[in-house]
Amino acid sequence: MSELVINNLHVNVEETEILKGVNLTIKTNEVHAVMGPNGTGKSTLAYALMGHPKYKVTKGDATLDGKDLLELDPNERSKLGLFLAFQYPIAIPGVSVANFLRTAINAHRKAQDPEDKGISIPDFRKKLKEKMALLDMDESFAGRYLNDGFSGGEKKRVEILQMATLEPKFSILDETDSGLDIDALKIVAHGINTISNKDQGILVITHYQRILNYITPDFVHVMLNGRIVESGGPELALHLEEEGYEWLREKHAV
Amino acid sequence: MARKQPEKEFNFSRDMIPDSDKVPALLRELRSDAWQAYQELPFPTMKDEAWRRTSLSGFDFRKIQLPNGKEVPEKITGSILTDGILAKKSIALLSPAGVKINQTAQSIKQGVIFSNLTEAAKKHPDLVKKVLGKVVSPRDGKFAAATAAFANHGLFIYVPKGVEVSEPLFSIVFAPWEGTAHFFQCLIYLEEGSSLTYIHESLSPENSSQPSLTGENVEIFVGKNANLKIAEIQSYGDQVWSFSHKKALVDRDGYLEWEIGALGSYLSKHFITVDLIGQGAEGRVSGMFFADQKQHLSYNTMQRHLAPRTTSDLLFKGALGGKSRSVWRGMIYASPGAQYIDGYQANRNLILNSGARSDSIPGLEILNNDVRCTHGSTVGKIDQEQLFYLLSRGIHHLEAELLIIQGFFDDIFSRFPLPEVGEQIWMKIKNRVTKK
Repeated sequence: MSELVINNLHVNVEETEILKGVNLTIKTNEVHAVMGPNGTGKSTLAYALMGHPKYKVTKGDATLDGKDLLELDPNERSKLGLFLAFQYPIAIPGVSVANFLRTAINAHRKAQDPEDKGISIPDFRKKLKEKMALLDMDESFAGRYLNDGFSGGEKKRVEILQMATLEPKFSILDETDSGLDIDALKIVAHGINTISNKDQGILVITHYQRILNYITPDFVHVMLNGRIVESGGPELALHLEEEGYEWLREKHAV
Repeated sequence: MARKQPEKEFNFSRDMIPDSDKVPALLRELRSDAWQAYQELPFPTMKDEAWRRTSLSGFDFRKIQLPNGKEVPEKITGSILTDGILAKKSIALLSPAGVKINQTAQSIKQGVIFSNLTEAAKKHPDLVKKVLGKVVSPRDGKFAAATAAFANHGLFIYVPKGVEVSEPLFSIVFAPWEGTAHFFQCLIYLEEGSSLTYIHESLSPENSSQPSLTGENVEIFVGKNANLKIAEIQSYGDQVWSFSHKKALVDRDGYLEWEIGALGSYLSKHFITVDLIGQGAEGRVSGMFFADQKQHLSYNTMQRHLAPRTTSDLLFKGALGGKSRSVWRGMIYASPGAQYIDGYQANRNLILNSGARSDSIPGLEILNNDVRCTHGSTVGKIDQEQLFYLLSRGIHHLEAELLIIQGFFDDIFSRFPLPEVGEQIWMKIKNRVTKK
């Protein structure tokens, strides 16, 4: 079993402190949801964990099975088993989904075995076909330029396709539900549920309770003003859906 | 009054022109006229508008020799046109040591002339006369004049009326050699309703320590309703200074697709012009260049709409590393009678190193009022968000940059007539980026 431990994490974006001491521990086979209104630092937590250069950690630490994540480059974090499904996936014109995925798979294989010569084309095709079927994606997707001209739903599916192919230990899903209609949401959630077997830990960052109808969390956390102020079981999400965040603001005086 | 010579001009004289009795009259006349033009034209300086951003001061033209005719063939190494691509194809190999042409029986049977220019001028003077010196004039510039006067080699390609050449033709120029100039003329004539794909590569011997020079005049005529696809790849060594004047005339409803790939040379200056002379003519030019170290690549492109309802589309993309520099100056011209034309020009540059620089200057000169002309030019660095996205998937920094560069060039590569050509060019770029 693996463990992602976030301890007293403080993060600045351009001199402004956004995270003010976040504590969270996620184990494989657990699904955690972090909820909260806009601008409370949910996405900052995601980017900081993945190592985006704009997000500066000023205090605290984050470890994956005891290894310090914060001193690693983003690609090293990925190879340790961390994955971020972006809220706004980036388009890379001229690079096909297949070429990109194969490069990523090979980078991971090489991390396991420096002598690895890369996945064979037939093996790769087979794997890709299988994972795409899982997400109800047409095979022609593989030849399209990565996220270039994709609809919101297509982009989110490609994020989950990457998660399915790279098989990380921990996945952070940053507002994966935003911009999805109900049918697309069901497909994406089904994909996530199928691939997140007992070997994965998942952190769902979301605004709304909606996605949690399909991906049932073991733990729900509420983030306000850069801190996790309340934690509970799935019932907390339902409570928030009905009551909003105001009672928590009052309770914690933020 | 004798014009004062700049200090570093060529040491060439009239007696160096290859125009003995053995040379056909047609070529002798051109050489003589070109010599006249060569003497009259001033040596370009940065005061000339077309040369404003390209300095020739680092080059000692006096030291440049012409080949002496005693050159021994060298094995061609490092070619993008691999044996696999060239297997059983018509191919011309040109180097200071001579010209070797293999033409397939099929292409001979179709009536295609694929010949050394001197020979073509003897056997088919009436055909050669149609283009020689008429598309690119020796008076177009000092280097155009020098090339026409001193050309060591030429290639003549002719496709008869209505013939669709079934297989691409290839040529490789393996020059210049150390300390010398190689002047090359290439003539292509497509008769009405014909079609051809032609792929040309220029490269020079590796490990030269002395600067050398190339001059190239390319003269193309695409007849009515004819279709020409031409691809050129240049990977000269880092001692080569390369100059060219390339021009195509496209007649009524003719179609020209021109791909240009450049990786090499120390300094390049190319004038590339497409003249759309007949109604409905169309010209599409796609260029890609990759430079690093102290390379300087400069292009003056011109799309001239000289007839109504003509279409031009030009896209040049460059990636620049090290302390390299690129200059692109584009121009779309529409003559007073050229109504209802559609012209597009764009130049996109990717700066890979803060020491590199790219100047991108589009231009329009429209002399009538019913046209559609657009242009675009961009210069930018590797996008940090794209880079982070790739890194977050475990891809190594260098590998991520390579993916972005490859993606940047992908639309140009996909326009090359054979996918293998784009793949080979990419391998060369990848090797250069990875070596550092």
